[in-house]
Amino acid sequence: MLLTWFQRGDDGMVVKTLTGNKAVAHAVKAARVKVVAAYPITPQTTIVETLADMIEHGEMNAKMIRVESEHSALAATLGAAAAGARSFTATSSHGLLLMHEVVWWTAGARIPVVMSVVTRAIGPPWNIHVDHNDIWDQRDSGWIISIAENNQEVFDLTLQAFRISEDPRVYLPMIVGLDGFILSHTVAPVDIPDQEKIDQWLPPRRQPYVITPESGVVMGNLAADEDYYMMRYSIQTAMVEAKKVISEVDDEYGEVFGRKYGGLVECFHCDGSKYNIVIAGSWSGDAKEAVLKLRDEGYSVGVLRVRYFRPWPDEEIRRLLSTSKGVLFIDRSISFGGKGHLLTEAMTNLAESTNLPAVRGVIAGLGGVDVGADEFYELTKSFIDEVEENGPFYDPLYWHIPQVYRGKYPERLPGYGKFSYERR
Amino acid sequence: MYVEIVFHGRGGQGGVTAANILAGAAVREGKWSQSFPHFGAERRGAPVRAYARISDKPILRHSQIKTADIAVVLDHELFDLVDIPGSVKDNGVIVVNAPRDFSVDLKEGQSLFCVNAMEIARELKLFVAGWPVVNTSMLGALVKASPVVSLDSILAEIKSYWPGKPGELNAEAAKRAYENTVRCI
Repeated sequence: MLLTWFQRGDDGMVVKTLTGNKAVAHAVKAARVKVVAAYPITPQTTIVETLADMIEHGEMNAKMIRVESEHSALAATLGAAAAGARSFTATSSHGLLLMHEVVWWTAGARIPVVMSVVTRAIGPPWNIHVDHNDIWDQRDSGWIISIAENNQEVFDLTLQAFRISEDPRVYLPMIVGLDGFILSHTVAPVDIPDQEKIDQWLPPRRQPYVITPESGVVMGNLAADEDYYMMRYSIQTAMVEAKKVISEVDDEYGEVFGRKYGGLVECFHCDGSKYNIVIAGSWSGDAKEAVLKLRDEGYSVGVLRVRYFRPWPDEEIRRLLSTSKGVLFIDRSISFGGKGHLLTEAMTNLAESTNLPAVRGVIAGLGGVDVGADEFYELTKSFIDEVEENGPFYDPLYWHIPQVYRGKYPERLPGYGKFSYERR
Repeated sequence: MYVEIVFHGRGGQGGVTAANILAGAAVREGKWSQSFPHFGAERRGAPVRAYARISDKPILRHSQIKTADIAVVLDHELFDLVDIPGSVKDNGVIVVNAPRDFSVDLKEGQSLFCVNAMEIARELKLFVAGWPVVNTSMLGALVKASPVVSLDSILAEIKSYWPGKPGELNAEAAKRAYENTVRCI
């Protein structure tokens, strides 16, 4: 029988209590990474601190390259990876934005690299707390983008990222997201599998080409427009393949290590539920608690947790939209002038859906504003009750305004109002 | 079983470490736990908080703790700076490091447990950077006031947190605090 993240294994597993950041470092060590290049930024810093400590004390046989900025951090990581070394970096928020140019270079070069993104708000105003605008900002770059719910999944996803990124059907870099402070600085139990088992499961590094003084490979040269076009086509092809690989890796990891998450998404009572919440990251657990309470009260409701933002889980979302009476999207990010990211992405699957469910998009928790199980309970209950009473509607941009400002500002802005389907 | 605990301390007193040790002790017993600091900038000497959750079931939530079941107060003078009774439930338990004659107003239904952890630190010559170490003592006091985990698990976790002499000394502090903690309100 497969274990879920919270069930303990028996042999060969060590339960430690670790912060999310330390869980990352342990996974990077377990993957036998050879080069780490990074620049400190809150709340990512303790990942690199821990790795530096492991390297210094000889627990990890790797080289730490100290750099002067995040732009250089990823450039050095890419360089080392292109030369054949399994390489890793980590960053957050402003650091991620500063390296954004190299984010594209890495994916375009098709060089497998793994990067942790400890999600954090982007200034100004200055804010170090959790927010998803930094991670989703990498959406179009060609990286595989995943995000964890808890520290165990942080460890498991980080380890899996090397396997996925280095799969010859994929050969794309991969981001593993973990929520700033909420996971990065929270201590929780983590099972670390036996190193021997990890070594058997994770093959030696593979990559499409290796740059050496003799190899004659040139990176970043001018390409014909048609070649450029086809290289874009090939990245999209790799994303399609990545969906299969992610699912295979999840299955296989489950068989070997006992934890399986569901691939691109985790379905928590979502199959057959009339109503569903779509959410990503650490607060998904609070949404699950709210759902368990609502289910006890007789509501038919579940959670579809987005684990991978790229490749986007098209089929899973299409199926959810096709079978649900109402879907509530919870976004911790906003595309200004547009909408929340999860809702925006999911709406591209609506045309393929055989159904037109009621939809509400909630913007909540920006800049680390705390939203817990009680609030998810209220948000979900009022959504379901409204749909049951008034019929289906489209309400794409509902601002869940922080308590101190609630009642003083409208929850909906002109042009993004709620309207019922009958009115169309 | 599901318990939420808040640690009130001053920056540098080890409230976060105490929460982490408590989380580790719970895992030793096959329980589930979380511990986390109050997310924000911290300054040495300023009032700070850390939190822990302990459960016999997996803990799904990651949101903040608004009112805890138990407060552990590393310095009794924090009662003048922070609304400590307001940080715990109406029937909550507060465990404080305080001199013997300490008294304070609580909400009706709340109870107070006292121990002089400063004295224990002095007896054991347990100082770090000139500051008496009280965080490990207060873990002993906590599990006396409310057995959320056993004293043995606390002692084992302290010893594995600081291998060797420092661990032995801190474990002794926790043990003495456990023996000397009394209900004072």
